[in-house]
Amino acid sequence: MNPWHTEEFGNPSTVYSLGLTAANAVQKARESIAKGIGADTEEIYFTSGGTESDDWAILGTAEAQQKKGRHLITSSIEHHAVLESMDYLEKHGCEITRVPVGSGGLVDPEDVRRAIRPDTILVSIMHANNEVGTVEPIAEIGKITREAGVLFHVDAVQTAGKLPIDVNELGVDLLSMSAHKFYGPKGIGLMYLRKRTRISPLFHGGGQEKGRRAGTHNVPGIVGMAKAVELAVARMADDAVREEQLRDRLWAGLNANIEAIYLNGDMVHRLPGNLNVRLDGIEGESMILMLDMEGICVSSGSACTTGSLEPSHVLLALGIPAEHAHGSLRVTLGRSTTAEDIDHFIKVFPPIVARLREMSPVWCANCVCKQRN
Amino acid sequence: MYSDLVMEHFRNPRNMGVIEDADGVGEVGNPQCGDMMRISIKVKDDVLDDIKFQTLGCGAAVATSSMVTELAKGKKLDEALEITNKAVAEALGGLPPAKMHCSNLAADGLQAAIKDYRTRKAAA
Repeated sequence: MNPWHTEEFGNPSTVYSLGLTAANAVQKARESIAKGIGADTEEIYFTSGGTESDDWAILGTAEAQQKKGRHLITSSIEHHAVLESMDYLEKHGCEITRVPVGSGGLVDPEDVRRAIRPDTILVSIMHANNEVGTVEPIAEIGKITREAGVLFHVDAVQTAGKLPIDVNELGVDLLSMSAHKFYGPKGIGLMYLRKRTRISPLFHGGGQEKGRRAGTHNVPGIVGMAKAVELAVARMADDAVREEQLRDRLWAGLNANIEAIYLNGDMVHRLPGNLNVRLDGIEGESMILMLDMEGICVSSGSACTTGSLEPSHVLLALGIPAEHAHGSLRVTLGRSTTAEDIDHFIKVFPPIVARLREMSPVWCANCVCKQRN
Repeated sequence: MYSDLVMEHFRNPRNMGVIEDADGVGEVGNPQCGDMMRISIKVKDDVLDDIKFQTLGCGAAVATSSMVTELAKGKKLDEALEITNKAVAEALGGLPPAKMHCSNLAADGLQAAIKDYRTRKAAA
C-alpha cells in the first residue's frame, strides 16, 4: 500500500501517465479480488466499506426496482447497516418482512420462500452473523430467490476472507465486503454486483465505477484490500482449522470450570473463530473490564456496550431474555490468537466470574434458585 | 471511558456484601435493564452504623454503589437522604454521559434502604 501513499499520487480517473499507473493498479486489484470470489472483473465496485455497500444494495435496489414493487425481505439478526436501511425504506413507504431465526440463530429458507410476493424486489440475508457467528444457508436461499426472480443481497462482511465465497455457487446478485474484517485496511470495501442488475447510485457526481459509485478511488485502500484477499484465500483453510480447534478448546475449558455458562447460537453452522456465551447472574460490561485488565479484549451483548438501553437485538431474536443477553460475552479468535492465549483465558476467567457473582444480588451461590427456571 | 477513580472503585469496591441482620434493605433497578442494586444498612442511634451493597451491572453501577456506601457510612439518616445520584457521580469525578441515567442508581438504593428501615420501625 505504501507507495500509493508516498510516491504514486496519480488519480486513476485522469488521462495523463501518472494516472495510468494508478488506474492499472486499481484494475489489477479488481481482477484479483474478482477471481477470489468467482466473479467477473467488471462485477466488482469499490466502496468505503460494509456499511456503504449494504446501504447502497438496499436503497439503490429499492429506487431502481420501484416499478416492480416496494416489498423487501430481511432477517431479524442483520447488521444495523442492513436493518436501519430497511427501517428507513419502511418510513418512506416500503413494506419490510423480517423473517425470524430459530434458537440457534439460523434462518429457515422456507420462511424466505413463504415471504416472497409478486411485488418483492430484494431479499437481504447475511452470510454469517457478527455476534453469534452463525453461518446462514445462503446457497439454499439463493436457489429460492433465483426461482422466484427476486434479487438477492448478501452481507458477507463477516465471512469474507474466512470462508470460501463463490458468488455463483451461492446464487447471489449483490454481495458486501469490508477489507478491515480480513486484515486489510479500514475505510475500503466493495460490492459485487451481478451483470445486468439494475441499481441506482448512492453517490452522484463523477463517472467512477461506471457512473454507479462516484468519488475518487481510494487507491492505497484498494491495493491493500486486494493484497488482503490474496493472503486470506491462500491461508483460509489452515486458519479455519486452527481457529476452530482453539475455539473448541476455549469452550470446553470454560464449560468445565464455570457453573451456569451457556452457549449462544448454533455450534455447527458457525464461523470458526467465534464463541458467544452467556452467564447467569453477571452483566457483560463488568466482565469486559475485568478481562481487559488481564490483557483480553472481548465484547458483549449488554446494553452498556450497544450504546443504547436495549441489549443485543441478535440475542433477543434468538429468544434469549434481556436479563441473560446483558450477561453475554463474545470472544473472537484470529490469526494472532495462540493456544497460550486460550489457556490464559481459561485460567483467569473463572475467578472473575466468581468475584462478579459474589457481588451480584441475583446470584445465590448455595441455593437452587438460579435465575433460570 | 471511565475516570481513574471510577476504575479504582470498580477494582476495589468498598463495603461489598450483605448485612445478615440488616435493619433496612433497599433494591433498585432490575435485571432486564442490566442494572440492579441491593443495599443493606445497620442503624444505631439514627446513624448509619454499617452499610453494604451488592450490584449487578456495569463498571459505573459498581463504582457508584461503592461510592455511595463511602459517602453515607457514619452519617445521620437525614443527612444520608440528601445524597443524590448526581453527588455520587461528582464524587467519582464524573461518569460518561450514557451512564448518568442507566447506571447511576446508588443514591436511590440508599434512600430505599432508609425508607425500609423507617417503615419497619414504624410498624414495630
